[in-house]
Amino acid sequence: MKKLVGFVASALVALIVWQVVITTTSLPRFILPGPSLVGQTLWENRLLLAEHALITISEVIAGLVLGACFGAFSAVFLASSLVARTLIGPIFVFSQAIPVFALAPILTLWFGYGLGSKIAMALLIIYFPVTSSFFDALMRTNRDWLDLARIMGGSPMHIMWHIRIPAALPGLASGLRLASVYAPIGAIIGEWVGASKGLGYLMLLANGRAKTDLMFAALIVLALFTIILHASVNKLANKVVD
Amino acid sequence: MVHAPALTLTGTASFGGETVFRDIRLNIAGGQWTCLLGASGIGKSTILKIFAGLTDGLELDGTASAADGGLKGRATLLAQNDMLFPWLNVQNNVLLGARLRGERPNKARSQEILTKVGLVGKADTKPNMLSGGQRQRVALARTLMEDRPIVLLDEPFSALDALTRIRMQDLTAELLQNKTVLLVTHDPGEAARLGHAIKVMTSSGIEDFNPPQGKVPRPIDDLDVLTTQASLYSRLREPTV
Repeated sequence: MKKLVGFVASALVALIVWQVVITTTSLPRFILPGPSLVGQTLWENRLLLAEHALITISEVIAGLVLGACFGAFSAVFLASSLVARTLIGPIFVFSQAIPVFALAPILTLWFGYGLGSKIAMALLIIYFPVTSSFFDALMRTNRDWLDLARIMGGSPMHIMWHIRIPAALPGLASGLRLASVYAPIGAIIGEWVGASKGLGYLMLLANGRAKTDLMFAALIVLALFTIILHASVNKLANKVVD
Repeated sequence: MVHAPALTLTGTASFGGETVFRDIRLNIAGGQWTCLLGASGIGKSTILKIFAGLTDGLELDGTASAADGGLKGRATLLAQNDMLFPWLNVQNNVLLGARLRGERPNKARSQEILTKVGLVGKADTKPNMLSGGQRQRVALARTLMEDRPIVLLDEPFSALDALTRIRMQDLTAELLQNKTVLLVTHDPGEAARLGHAIKVMTSSGIEDFNPPQGKVPRPIDDLDVLTTQASLYSRLREPTV
């Protein structure tokens, strides 16, 4: 509750600063629209925004779920096999030298203009943070626990399932927290490169027609969604870790 | 009753090229408590590791064996750090060994053991809700659940307060009767109370020390126990050659 009050208060401060800038500088509204105009646009175009937001939200959530699953699976796979680490580890690191954004056009070519290419983009952008933070945690299991497990005669597979994975869940949780912020970026980039729906598409369209107020309205919807997503993932992660 | 074998360790151990101990000869009687004392860093924990089979990076030029065969899968360890798993409740901590081996966990037996160690009604409690003494009793229950003939104790009581420590010593001595127990400790009083045999490890080897008379666990105020404790202190304070 206290957090919510703080959030609303800081939003109010931002709005006031924004309005002061508008009043003192008298910038034209296609450069920087005032908060009241953006608010009005937001309300008038609520159906349009909702329609496009729904697309973006589905892309982000699908990308997040798939990326988290692939990432978690890869981390466990790499952590359980030295051969996998030796063979795939370097490829894994090298693949991270490629800026994911640069892949957006080719993803559009491969997966089309629909949801597929955006989901792939969101997935790719979160895959590495999820994998690497979970993997690091899996490789740092308390030595004493592993020794005890070996004395008890545990098999590597059972030790992974009963000890290493539960002990590494905080690592997975921090990876997922990061992912919840990155996934929307991925979906938006995907939409910029080629789409006919979604908030990213709408922002690009509005920008091109000097409808800066609509661009801002879409931006606010996107930001709100990201904050809610992050808070939900955070809550879920805390529950899992506890 | 599982037969509790005698143990032997001879030779020189090194870790990463560095000698941990040289030319030792350690004989541990079967079905008894043997207490091993010595300065920090002298290699006592390494001895436990060898008997436990945790020999990664360790080189033993010599032999470690049980009188009736191998050591594999026959020892269990109870250490100073209780090593409980915070995400598992008491019962699941006790049953972890079976799960790690892919066996069916015997819940009835774990309940029996929890009753023995005085933790009945705590089966669903998470370790962070327990006191230090209770946590160590869970670790003891887990050790009993493993039911191995050889039990290795690495200063299991040293983190407990004085009164809890005495109670835990009594309980552990009672429940680990007739097993081959090797207790590594820094506490001469503990060795005097619990050891059927007492051994002191120095850089020049391992020597036997006469234990007090009487049945283990010996009373804390027994004169013989106190005298042994005092002479162990003197022995440990002697500069090593």
